[in-house]
Amino acid sequence: MTNEQLNSGNPKVDIEYRRKKNAEEMRYQIITFALMIFLTLVAFVAVGYEGFSASFAVPFILVLAFVQVAFQLYYFMHMSHKGHEAPALFLYSGVFVGFITVLAFMTVIWW
Amino acid sequence: MSTLAQKKGFGATIWDYLTTVDHKKIAILYLIAGGFFFLVGGLEAMFIRVQLAVPNNDFVSAGLYNEILTMHGTTMIFLAAMPLVFAFMNAIMPLQIGARDVAFPFLNSLGFWLFFFGGVFLNLSWFLGGAPDAGWTSYASLSLASEGHGIDFYVLGLQISGAGTLIGGINFLVTIINMRAPGMTYMRMPMFTWATFVTSALILFAFPPLTIGLFLMLFDRMFGANFFDPTMGGNTIIWEHFFWIFGHPEVYILILPAFGIFSEIFAIFSRKRLFGYSSMVFATVLIGFLGFMVWAHHMFTTGMGPIANAIFAVATMAIAVPTGIKIFNWLFTMWGGSIQFTTPMMYAVAFIPSFTMGGVTGVMLASAAQDYQYHDSYFVVAHFHYVIVGGVVFALLAGTHLYWPKMFGTMLNEKMGKWTFWLFLIGFHLTFFIQHFLGLWGMPRRIFTFNEGQGLDAANAVSTVGAFFMAVSTIILLINIIMTSIKNEKVGSDPWGDGRTLEWAIPSPPPFYNFKQLPLVRGLDALWIEKMEGKKGMTPAEPLGDIHMPNNSIIPFVMSSGLFVAAFGAMYHADEGNTWGIPVLIIGLLITLGSMLVRSVKDDHGYHIHKEELVDDDDKGVKA
Repeated sequence: MTNEQLNSGNPKVDIEYRRKKNAEEMRYQIITFALMIFLTLVAFVAVGYEGFSASFAVPFILVLAFVQVAFQLYYFMHMSHKGHEAPALFLYSGVFVGFITVLAFMTVIWW
Repeated sequence: MSTLAQKKGFGATIWDYLTTVDHKKIAILYLIAGGFFFLVGGLEAMFIRVQLAVPNNDFVSAGLYNEILTMHGTTMIFLAAMPLVFAFMNAIMPLQIGARDVAFPFLNSLGFWLFFFGGVFLNLSWFLGGAPDAGWTSYASLSLASEGHGIDFYVLGLQISGAGTLIGGINFLVTIINMRAPGMTYMRMPMFTWATFVTSALILFAFPPLTIGLFLMLFDRMFGANFFDPTMGGNTIIWEHFFWIFGHPEVYILILPAFGIFSEIFAIFSRKRLFGYSSMVFATVLIGFLGFMVWAHHMFTTGMGPIANAIFAVATMAIAVPTGIKIFNWLFTMWGGSIQFTTPMMYAVAFIPSFTMGGVTGVMLASAAQDYQYHDSYFVVAHFHYVIVGGVVFALLAGTHLYWPKMFGTMLNEKMGKWTFWLFLIGFHLTFFIQHFLGLWGMPRRIFTFNEGQGLDAANAVSTVGAFFMAVSTIILLINIIMTSIKNEKVGSDPWGDGRTLEWAIPSPPPFYNFKQLPLVRGLDALWIEKMEGKKGMTPAEPLGDIHMPNNSIIPFVMSSGLFVAAFGAMYHADEGNTWGIPVLIIGLLITLGSMLVRSVKDDHGYHIHKEELVDDDDKGVKA
């Protein structure tokens, strides 16, 4: 993982490489952070603007929410790094089970 | 010798088991508790069969019959089959992957005690005003109308024991992902470990829906909510969905470890590598995946509409494919093998046709249009007993014989084991085969009696006779266990002679640290590979060093007992004029939260077994 500590005392650690990696990581985080704030503003505008009906605004902000969750997981919680395959697998399985539950409750239960 | 191998008095042994965090001792606790509840559930089954032996019987009243059948199902699924499966997963899985314990020994203990207190709480209902009486599915329209505290016992008891199961499942997942010995890749894991892995994943995803369903039911019954009450804007169908989103994966949670145990048995007693190992892994994962998309086949008649019914019917039938892959792989494992008909192998061989019959009726039931005819009839009862008894119970009995030497260091008597097997096999088919026809002839399930002259008399009598065969068989097994324990003839590390996996490389029972040095795994069936190259045991993967061990702790016991106390408060506080309910609820929760606090603030770093103690501790002297 790129965010490992540099105090290992191992002479083979390539500090230049690490520094470059970390800088790159930082750039992604800042870009993502800016994007997330922008998306939040968009969501507020979508709800506040009179011209959009609820049938457009609700699915739209749900999509934005999903994008935000993905940013959060991949850029801030480092799921894009190596070694996160098992957590990712279980995360997606959980999302899948939750999704079909909600889907079923919205479609096959009569009221 | 060090402090590790002292003779202990009776009190000290009890204290040791109350505080233990050793996976092997927790396995024994699961085995004892699960075995006890298996006997209780079996007794309830006998009452059911005696009541139905003749028409218009009055052995038990209608109300009591409802309680017995509910408790039979609930006990057998949640308090017998699950913990017995957990017993084997705890005892064997860490040994199979070459680990010294599970990832979280403390949580392992907590999981057991939560299950135990939940089970005791549920069964106390017999003495405290009546057991639950709405069936093990506890459908909301029935259970909300049920008077007394029976359903409250069900809800609270299952909530507590369910938390324990969830903890256990997560623990196994982390153990398998993180603690495999050097060289043990995923595709070198023994089949039972794979089954444990997939089962634990199913537990992780299936138990939360149950927890939510039980919480909604708890609030409906004890705190005046109306989630399931249609007259107040709720919906009774929601419970059914929650229950079956949990309930269908639950049956795979039971059957996958059974498949795992049988896979081990077929390979050991055919003296052959398991045929099609990678397709077995694939099939296990696929069954686990599909298990989440079929729950509504329990609810075809609730009126979901033809499209939903068709989707769930097709998805259900698809499960027959991976299961079929497994059946053929087991047959091919035996083909050309040098087969030994030991007791476990006999169960395994009998399992194939028995379970397949259950699978075939399963496909019949999966066809939605046909299901309208079979629904709520004895055909369904016959079907699920064929898969649960013919699959899970056979595996548990086989596993008991197979792993008894590994768990206790002494072999169960083979002759008596075969008596148990034959009586059980005959009794099982005698009891349940005829029930298919009872269902087709129109006998509804869950009725407490039937009239004479409806063509049901003879078949019901036959079914009851079969149940007595199984009862006798269980008694023989108990005698076998007692006699074996008294004789206590110690056996070596590989008592069956053909062990293939890591658990057979270490003494029986294993020392409390399992592996002095972690073994180097060079392929599937790690021990068999070494044997084939003429070696006596595993090659170590590390030099001899200090072993870090966790300390025993009473906190899991106290933590669980707090919830047990709180459950009484929650249940009785709604009674008219009850004043002590809320205080007891608060005291119970304080016990639990207090022990959690103690656990959080107190540093417990465990201890080390030093290298010097391990050196002169040769493997001949078995310690536990």
